[in-house]
Order: sequence, then structure tokens, then C-alpha cells
Amino acid sequence: MDTLLDVRGLVAGYGPITVLHELSLHVGRGEIVAILGANGAGKSTLLQALVGMIRPTAGAVAFDGHDVNGNSPEQIVRRGMTLVPEGRRIFSKLSVMENLRMGAYSRRDRAVALEQMDRYFELFPVLADRRNQAAGTLSGGEQQQLAICRALLSNPSLLLLDEPSLGLAPVIVDKVFELIATLRDETGLTIVLVEQSVVDALEIADRAYVLSNGRFTAEGTSEQIAELDLEANYLGGDNA
Amino acid sequence: MTVELLVQQLINALSLGSIYALLALGLAVVYSVLGLLNFAYGEIITIAGYCMFFLVSGGMDFWYAAIFGVIAAIATSLLIQLVAFRPLRGAPANAVIFASFAVSIIIKALISNVISPRPRGIPVPSWVDGVIQLGSFRLPILALITIAIAVVAMVALTWALHYSTPGLAIRAAAEDFTVTRLMGAPAGRLILLAFVLSGILAGIAGVLWIARTGSVSPAMGFTPLLQSFIAIVLGGLGNLRGAVIGGFALAFIEVALQVLLPTAVVPFTAALTLVAVVVILYFRPQGFSKLAQERVA
Repeated sequence: MDTLLDVRGLVAGYGPITVLHELSLHVGRGEIVAILGANGAGKSTLLQALVGMIRPTAGAVAFDGHDVNGNSPEQIVRRGMTLVPEGRRIFSKLSVMENLRMGAYSRRDRAVALEQMDRYFELFPVLADRRNQAAGTLSGGEQQQLAICRALLSNPSLLLLDEPSLGLAPVIVDKVFELIATLRDETGLTIVLVEQSVVDALEIADRAYVLSNGRFTAEGTSEQIAELDLEANYLGGDNA
Repeated sequence: MTVELLVQQLINALSLGSIYALLALGLAVVYSVLGLLNFAYGEIITIAGYCMFFLVSGGMDFWYAAIFGVIAAIATSLLIQLVAFRPLRGAPANAVIFASFAVSIIIKALISNVISPRPRGIPVPSWVDGVIQLGSFRLPILALITIAIAVVAMVALTWALHYSTPGLAIRAAAEDFTVTRLMGAPAGRLILLAFVLSGILAGIAGVLWIARTGSVSPAMGFTPLLQSFIAIVLGGLGNLRGAVIGGFALAFIEVALQVLLPTAVVPFTAALTLVAVVVILYFRPQGFSKLAQERVA
């Protein structure tokens, strides 16, 4: 399969503290790859390093054939890698529409973005209904949809999702994951999904990596990883 | 009090409030994006003032000079950004605050030593100090000009912040700078834009302030800085609408005290205004603007 993201020997952290120790991973075009791990395993740090919020101290990151290691966040989003940050982080005082306009900020083809917006409104009907409402008035699940839709409007080829299930009721979590799977199936979007909620993530992922203490301790297809009984062996079963 | 006097004081409070609101907006726009107060903010007005002083002394019309005053304000705002804020990006907030204090002190000292420590008068065209007689109402022309300019500036700012993409990014950055960058907005350019807006607002307010006082002095930036600081605290830090509300509230308190207090106490207006502000903050520590926000959250 054609590789979209290829990370080799990535070392990153905050100041003198190294969080990620020589991580290597690859993501093929059209894949959904899950990165699983407990709190503090370094999942968010990995995403931060990928989108340029922190500068890796060593390693190589190739995205879509370009070396993007050390690029700024604004350069990376223009290359087509967009992060849906942990905790959604929508602009709560801006309207739904304004959040989406911010999502399309990096694009030159704003007219095309507007057309796309109409298409996404079919996928996210609730956002269409509430387009003029302040985003802070949406429910948690709706905010997660907004965060995903906002990221999609940057027209990414790779979508990074940081804990999309966080703080959502189980029923809503199912809906959000269903939506993520639909996105891949309908648009061919490549997705990296960082999750603590192992069962949900493995249900839609093709492959998965298990991250603990800044190192990958296992990788394989979702079926293989599911057999490892992660909740008990790696992550502690408290957030099943 | 007669109706005429009431209307006159109302216009007075509105025009003072217009200046405070513009001043507060200029300080708040940088605070909202960076989370840092620019303590050299008053010097933007000082430099705009001295620029006007030299041009008017050289024979230029006051209002033409005012345009150059605003340009000087923008340049000063950008200079402060370049000297005090940009080299310290990522440094602790205290470092940046002290750096902006340092810039403020240096500018004051330079003006004192190079030009003069004494205030200098700027002749304001005499028609500006006139009044329009409307029946039994006497409307001061400067107050009307001030209100009109402030309204135009605020409407333009509101429009730009809502309908232009960079303006939208400023509002987004005020809420979440990191995510705004993730959407592709370059951090450096956003900060620059905030300082340009801050300079424009301070410049316009400064011109109106100078038209009111008719003089410039090295320390003239202190009162505008203090008033805008109080206004944004009153309005809820980092909130642009709050800055406007805070500016008008401050002016209304000030004018009301001047009108209502017995003559013997009037010299203490500034102190009593601050007491009133303290009382308000005691009951509403978040300032006024939280009223509108809490309903949303």
C-alpha cells in the first residue's frame, strides 16, 4: 500500500524531558490506524510532534513524500495533515459557521471550501441546523462533530484525531466512531486515531500501535491487537 | 438639574466614554491574543501626540496632522512589539511585562531629555471648541466629533472582526491561540495584526484625547494607560465587548461624580472613581461582560 505518513526514530519531549523514544510508524493511504495507550503514554505528545506544535529532537517525518520534520503547524496543515485536538477545542464564542470558516483558513480555494461545507452538512446535519448558533451552546457530541468538520474543511489527506471519545456518553461515542468510519469509506480519507477507549477504536481501525511510556510495545492488525487483552495487560482496566 | 444640563453631561460622558472605549479596545486586542498587557501602551499616544505637535508647529492643519499621528501610533505599536514582545516569545509573562515597562520608561526619558520635560501646547482649531445651539441645548462640537469618530471606528472594527478572515482569526486566537495556529493561521502574523489594530485604536483615541487637552507632555500616556487598564478590568479581561462597556462605565462614573459631588470634593473625583470601581469589582469580580457569557456556557 502507498505510504502517506512515515515516521522513523522520532524523539520528542518538553524541554529536557524526553517523552517519545525513537518511535517509528507508518500509515498507508486510506487506512485507519489506531494508537492506543494509557494516560501519559505519550499519545498526545506524538500528535503534537507530528503537527509541529513541538519540535522533535531527532528522527524523520515524511508526509506525502515531503520531509515535514520541524515544519510549523501552519505549514503542516497546508500540506494536508490536520489535527482534531484533544477535548475538541472548538471556538465556543464563535458561531458554528465561523468555526468552520476558521477550519478553511489555510485554503486559497475558499469557494470550493464553501461547496464542500454544503456536502459536509449532509454528513453533519445538526451543524447545518445550528450554523448561526454560538458553538459553546452545542452538546458534547455536537461539538465533537464540529471539531471534526472544522478539521475536514482544511481539506486534509490525513486526519489526526486525539481522543475523540473523551468526555462523551457511550451512545454518542458509538455515533462519533461510526462517523469516522463513514468518512474513510466515503472520502478515502486517511485517519490516525489516538484513543484510550481500546474496544471502540479497534472496531473501526485497520491496524493499531500500542504506546506505553513513550515506546511502541506492540503493533499489528486490529484483530491481532484485540487478542492481546490490552485493557488488562497494558492500560489498566479502569477505562474500559 | 435642568434637562439641558442633563443632556449636556450625557454628551460629555458619552464623548469621554468613546475615548476610553477606544483606548480600552486597543489595550484589550493585544491582551486577548497574547494574554499579556502592554504597559508601553500609553507611549503610543505620547508619540502620536509629539508627532502632531511638530507637524502643527510646522504649520500643518490639525486634522491632517492627526492622520500622521495615527500612522505614528501604528509605527510605535509595531516598534513595541518588535522590541519588547517578539524577542521574549515563550518567556514568562513577567519578563514581557517588565520589558514593556522598560520601553515605556525609555520613551518617556528620551522625550524629556531630547525635547523637553515640560508640556507643550498644540493649538486646536478654534471651531472645534465651539458649540452648536439647538433650541435651548448647547452641544459641544468636539464632543460630537469624538462620538461620531468613535462610533465609526467601533463599527468598522466590529465589521472587520466578524467578516474578514484575519479578523475572524483574531477572535479565534483570543479564545484559543494554539488551535488557531493548527487551523493554519501564522502566529507571527496574528500578533502583528493585533499590534496594528492596537496602534490604530490608540492613535484615534490619542488624537481625540489631544484635541481635548490641547497639549502634549512626556508623561501624558499615563492617564490613558491607567484608564484603559481600569476599563478592561471592569469589562472582564480579554473581552473586547467588555472593554467597550468598561470604557463607557468608567466615563459615566467619572462624569456623574463630577456633577453630583459638592464642589469641595470635586478635586478627589479620580480617587472616588477608583473607589467606585473597587466596589463594582467587589460585587462582580469578573467585571460586567461575564453577564452575557455565562448564559452561553
